[in-house]
Amino acid sequence: MSNAATISKPVPIGRRVKRFMADRPLIPLIILLVILVVILQILRPGIVNERWIANTIKFAIPLAILAGCQTMTMLTGGIDLSVGTVATMSAFIMATQVVNQDPAVAFLLAMMPAVLIGLVNGIGVGVFRVHPLIMTLGTSLIGTGCLQVYQRTVIASGAKIPDFLAWLGTGVTYGFPNALLLFVPLAALIVFTLARTGFGRLLYAVGDNERATRLSGVQYWQVITVLYVISSVLAGITGLLYIGLIKAPSLSLAEPLVLPSVAAAVIGGTSIFGGRGGYTGTIIGALILTVLTTLLTILQMPEGARRILFGLIVLFVTAAYLRIVEER
Amino acid sequence: MNHLLRRQGWVAGLFALLIALFIITKLIQPGYGSGDFGSLARAVLPYAFAVAAQTVVVIAGGIDLSVAAMMALTSVTAASMMNGASEEYALFVVPFVLAMGFVLGAVNGILIVVTRVPDIVVTLATLFVLQGAALLVLDAPGGAVAEWLKGLISGTVPIPGLPDAIDAWLPKALLVLIICLCIIWIPLRRSKLGLSIYAIGSSELAAFRSGVPVARTRIIAYALSGLFAAFGGLALTMSTGIGAPIPGPYLLASVAAVVLGGVALGGGKGGLLGPIVAVFVLRLVRTDLTLLAIDPNVTAIIEGAIMVAVVMFGAFITMRSRQS
Repeated sequence: MSNAATISKPVPIGRRVKRFMADRPLIPLIILLVILVVILQILRPGIVNERWIANTIKFAIPLAILAGCQTMTMLTGGIDLSVGTVATMSAFIMATQVVNQDPAVAFLLAMMPAVLIGLVNGIGVGVFRVHPLIMTLGTSLIGTGCLQVYQRTVIASGAKIPDFLAWLGTGVTYGFPNALLLFVPLAALIVFTLARTGFGRLLYAVGDNERATRLSGVQYWQVITVLYVISSVLAGITGLLYIGLIKAPSLSLAEPLVLPSVAAAVIGGTSIFGGRGGYTGTIIGALILTVLTTLLTILQMPEGARRILFGLIVLFVTAAYLRIVEER
Repeated sequence: MNHLLRRQGWVAGLFALLIALFIITKLIQPGYGSGDFGSLARAVLPYAFAVAAQTVVVIAGGIDLSVAAMMALTSVTAASMMNGASEEYALFVVPFVLAMGFVLGAVNGILIVVTRVPDIVVTLATLFVLQGAALLVLDAPGGAVAEWLKGLISGTVPIPGLPDAIDAWLPKALLVLIICLCIIWIPLRRSKLGLSIYAIGSSELAAFRSGVPVARTRIIAYALSGLFAAFGGLALTMSTGIGAPIPGPYLLASVAAVVLGGVALGGGKGGLLGPIVAVFVLRLVRTDLTLLAIDPNVTAIIEGAIMVAVVMFGAFITMRSRQS
């Protein structure tokens, strides 16, 4: 039955396609990715080569890790909008501290605000029950303020990008970007955690039915606090990787990645209401968005149009998923 | 009745807090006078409209994350339309921008009703879209504003027969705020529509069973929110003289002031006066921090921390009331 649906386009035209998409969201996503690459090849013949692929993967990885933060928080029905600020903070602190400090010390210093913001997010959401969106938005505002104050204190010392991070961010070995060395284990860990460990199941459980989870003895606030700390730490690591890629520390370094990270998780099939989704879809979602960005750049679409498109994607995909769920 | 008393008590408490803050301000800065009060009123203006926009939606049981982006879009639209245009042209721009806010707000509401996606997701998506649209209108801060619009919120209201000393404490910005809010809010509050908004916020099912057109009321609530946000965008353009496509910190500020103003985040409770007083309280705290010669960036941190704390407190109260 599903074979017949594979041939048809990934547009919800019939019930079977809908059911198929609900069961196996990965296949239509991969088809969409291939279609986008083909369109790109038609528009600019010869653009799709080894170097382009390596480049696309390089830029997709930071997005994919941040989208991983969104995937995990969304599974519990939350969202983490502070990832951009956290990534920027860790990148900026790393770049400025490494001038005078040992890289290991600089690394620890860089990860400190990440842990702290994650902890505050987790306590706010888990204990005080603030809506995650409002909470993470608030901590990101505070974080940005702290970063501005911090910037004044280090303005004289300058900044530099550690060679290791530059190697990790931009280097390519045998046609494979070095960033994969970090990303592949990380992605495997996230997929494994979500699918095979107790913590991963708790995330799904909390997102699916919080009351039932609590009644069966789960300490809701502990799960949420750990989750937001993990999310923040991942964002911090992304920041370090991203500074190696961009090589220019600024106070709004990773901010443009926030909206796409939400969009990537939503495209990847993670329900923004919680309880459904996974990380593999998110990775493909991040790839799709990176290719889409290249496409929009080639078409000379301005930044504003890109944001509008991302917004519409989030809305459309969420509405479509809601329909699919109701159909069942 | 007891409940009504308690709610008025909350607003009265806020007023007391505001007066206490004024006294503290006067102690910190003995020279704090009418001129400073005027600039406070001007600074409050966009915040107050953002809060009004959020209040209407929260009372109706929803939340609007696109408030700040809507203000940015209406602000840049107004600024770019008035750029190089004649003074009279602004007479057309103002109603146009207000209508635009109303329509875009209604679109928010229609999307929520039609797609049945939760309001928080829909308005997050429209937040992206409106931000993008604002960048398309103006990709960098710019534009201009008609002189008479700027004049509308600067200076004081000359009332004949009143001594100048009292007159000086009546900045035009405050008057504009009060008039704009009252013209919309008071008739709304007394109408059937206003009652419907409170009803759907209190209990959607009960409202539906009592014959309240839930979908239509929700759309109108979001449309009014858009209208208030458009006022906010205009106020922003009027006070800065330009339009900026990047939204300011109005979203968090509006939610914080709504909570501090005694409007329950669950909906159906509270009024507009509380949140507006709360905005003045939050702004005055900022003024005090500035007067204490604290680094403006540190001020931003403290302000953010206060807002987060207020929202946390509000969520805590909501949780408690739900349990009892």
